[in-house]
Amino acid sequence: MHKEAAIREPLILGDKTYHDITADVVGPIENKAPRAWYILITIAGLISLWGLGCIVYLIATGIGVWGLNKTVGWAWDITNFVWWVGIGHAGTLISAVLLLFRQKWRMAINRSAEAMTIFAVMMAALFPGIHMGRIWLAYFVFPLPNTFGSLWVNFNSPLLWDVFAISTYFSVSLVFWYIGLIPDFATIRDRMTKPLAKKIYGLLSFGWSGKAKNWTRFEEVSLVLAGLATPLVFSVHSIVSMDFATSVIPGWHTTIFPPYFVSGAVFSGFAMVLTLLLIMRKVMKLENYITIKHVEYMNIVIIVTGSIVGVAYITELFISWYSGVEYESYAFINRFSGPYFWAYWAMMTCNVVSPQLFWFKKIRTNLTATFILSIVVNIGMWFERFVIIVTSLHRDYVPSSWSMFYPTWVDIGIFIGTIGIFFTLFLLFARFFPVLALNELKSILRVSGEKYKKEDH
Amino acid sequence: MNFVFSNRAKLFSIILMVIGAIAIVAGFFADGSEHHGRWWSNLLINGFYFLGISLGALFFYALHFATETAWAVMLRRVMEGVFSFIPYAAVVLVIVFIGASFHWNHIYHWMDQSVLSEFVSEATVDSDHPEYYDSMAEAEEAGVTALKNEDYDEIIANKSAYLNIPFFWVRSILYLGVFILFARWFRRRSLKEDEEGGTRLHTLGYKRGALYLVLFAVFSSTLAWDWLMSIDTHWFSTLFGWYVFSGMWVSAMNVIIILTLYLVSKGYLKDINSSHVHDMGKWVFALSFLWSYLWFSQFLLIWYSNIPEEVTYFITRIEEYKVPFFGMFIINFALPMLILMSRDAKRNPGFLITIGTIIFIGHYLDTYMLVVPGVLFESWEFGWMEIGFFLGFTGLFINRVLSALTKASLVPKQSPYLEESLHHSI
Repeated sequence: MHKEAAIREPLILGDKTYHDITADVVGPIENKAPRAWYILITIAGLISLWGLGCIVYLIATGIGVWGLNKTVGWAWDITNFVWWVGIGHAGTLISAVLLLFRQKWRMAINRSAEAMTIFAVMMAALFPGIHMGRIWLAYFVFPLPNTFGSLWVNFNSPLLWDVFAISTYFSVSLVFWYIGLIPDFATIRDRMTKPLAKKIYGLLSFGWSGKAKNWTRFEEVSLVLAGLATPLVFSVHSIVSMDFATSVIPGWHTTIFPPYFVSGAVFSGFAMVLTLLLIMRKVMKLENYITIKHVEYMNIVIIVTGSIVGVAYITELFISWYSGVEYESYAFINRFSGPYFWAYWAMMTCNVVSPQLFWFKKIRTNLTATFILSIVVNIGMWFERFVIIVTSLHRDYVPSSWSMFYPTWVDIGIFIGTIGIFFTLFLLFARFFPVLALNELKSILRVSGEKYKKEDH
Repeated sequence: MNFVFSNRAKLFSIILMVIGAIAIVAGFFADGSEHHGRWWSNLLINGFYFLGISLGALFFYALHFATETAWAVMLRRVMEGVFSFIPYAAVVLVIVFIGASFHWNHIYHWMDQSVLSEFVSEATVDSDHPEYYDSMAEAEEAGVTALKNEDYDEIIANKSAYLNIPFFWVRSILYLGVFILFARWFRRRSLKEDEEGGTRLHTLGYKRGALYLVLFAVFSSTLAWDWLMSIDTHWFSTLFGWYVFSGMWVSAMNVIIILTLYLVSKGYLKDINSSHVHDMGKWVFALSFLWSYLWFSQFLLIWYSNIPEEVTYFITRIEEYKVPFFGMFIINFALPMLILMSRDAKRNPGFLITIGTIIFIGHYLDTYMLVVPGVLFESWEFGWMEIGFFLGFTGLFINRVLSALTKASLVPKQSPYLEESLHHSI
């Protein structure tokens, strides 16, 4: 028999019944969308169109329209790629790692975090694709036999490992997310009165009947996928970090990169989850499910991962001096005092200093402060990748080839465009999908529901 | 029910300690290496390994408070027993550091004046204790004819702002002081909670737990640089601290399991059920992966980039220490991965104790590999001295930890999470 300590705070507030949970989650799908949704999706859609236009222009003209030059051959493209992959980390962490740790609060946030993960990974994958210039030859990133007309891919290259790591991660995340959705789709199917919608949700639910057998298999497969996904949480960003760390470029080659990138990814992912959920809980009236306690837990994850990232920054800085390697030391001196000093200090302030504010309970339970800080962290984590990538490249070994990177309108346009596409997809998700894992939530109602907790004690 | 340290267990631990004492005394005379390098290395390896286990336990203890973990409440007293060893291990390390500071051993190469000064007086250059000068001007002032010092090592000399004896002591004392202080404080809080109950002390534990995690986040890295990485003075790796930390943590969880299962087999801790055992098994399984991941990340990146100043570290280890180097990785990675994968194995005390004992030795070998190649280079031996030291320290650890366990009830009677932990079922 499970017993929950009295001092644990409830995770579902108010006098909710099982039926209320269904009604609260499915209601917004059945009813007409609020006007705010139409306004938001119009804006996001227009930005997406703008982004798509920039991409078409880029592909039609060539990547010379980006601000890259002979010294800085990688800049916003890869920065955006790493930034989006990082954001795509929280979903699987929440669904897999927190599942293994039996954190019940994950049930209110996992669905939207996983959706966010999938959309973010899609945005990430876009960048290496369009960076190829000839995107119609993109299939050559996969190992194709020589008879196909070309050479094998370079198996020694971390860029190739990335292809495997990210496609595996994407597939597992997608399957994980979808399997979780099946019982909830079935719930919607059973409530739908419109025949077409009923048919669609019926197809989506794969004929789920809610039998005990369905449930045991559902739970088993969730656990197996969680076991598979947990190493993936580590592997994806570790391999992304190896794109840099296997090189011999000062500032890139450092052994702490794999775990530090993983931690940074979780950090930025949670920040994005907070940004999205704080809006969603308000618009969709989910305050009883995504409670202040949930926000507090997420903020604690932000403090922990932000501080780990901070320790890593300082370790790198210290070891660059300790190593006695002059190129290594210079790379770091150049970072904090060179022409890109403002980017370095923006990163430090946003990622290391600002999360420390969450040590104060008042701040970490304040929704406005959390919302602002979550955006600050998102900005900081973008700068982190920019600092790593551009400041390490722009002054190479030969001073005559030192240069700066200036983004063009296409660089900026595509980045903003991906944010638009991401939000469009997320808004569609919020409109047509159950945004909370309602069947999972029901399983904790009796132990963690406010009313039940009161009755028990 | 309080634990009683049985005479048999006492005798067992004393026999091990006697073996260790013999090895320590005989080893000192038998050690033919320069400055008794082998003997001192053994002292450092064992001191650090058992300190690491105790610190891992203290870390997990703080972590389970900060994360409000209920199931582990049943293990609280066992963890307290394990981290009660911190002061003993600290004494061993302090002895090593005293030896190093007085040049009785040369484990820390950077403590030698000979590598730090650019000049040496001509008159004393061939003596046992030459006089060194940092500049020609300084030598002239002293009225000495000075020569260029052949042993001068610019790389090490440039690190002396961080690696110097006084600052090393300040840091070492700070780390050990903080660890001992927090360990004592956590223990006192725990015993007081048994009498007082309520949630006031629990909340305090939560806050101090978080505070300790912050301090340990920094110290766990810096202590690894100071005490271990600086042995290979030229070499550096940013991941080193986290790698050493993961080794401490997995070793601690492993020892906590073995100890808990021992207590259960003797009829104590009756409320430990298979779910608790399963969860502990999961920790060893997962942390073995974490350790392997960090080991591999560090190895892969250095091997792949093949930069001379970094790769030498692994070249020595692969060329001169092939068997222990790869052997310990296989033991610590493959064994837990293959055997603890299944759910039944994680619930089976026999399996857990057998695997636990093997990886207990495996992580000792890991610590061995962190120390010895930097001290003895290619002239190493592994024999009765190493085994004797290790058995002796294991005996001391068993003796001290079991005797600490007798001092209080094995169940924290008044923890607000006790009830939840008792009903733990997965």
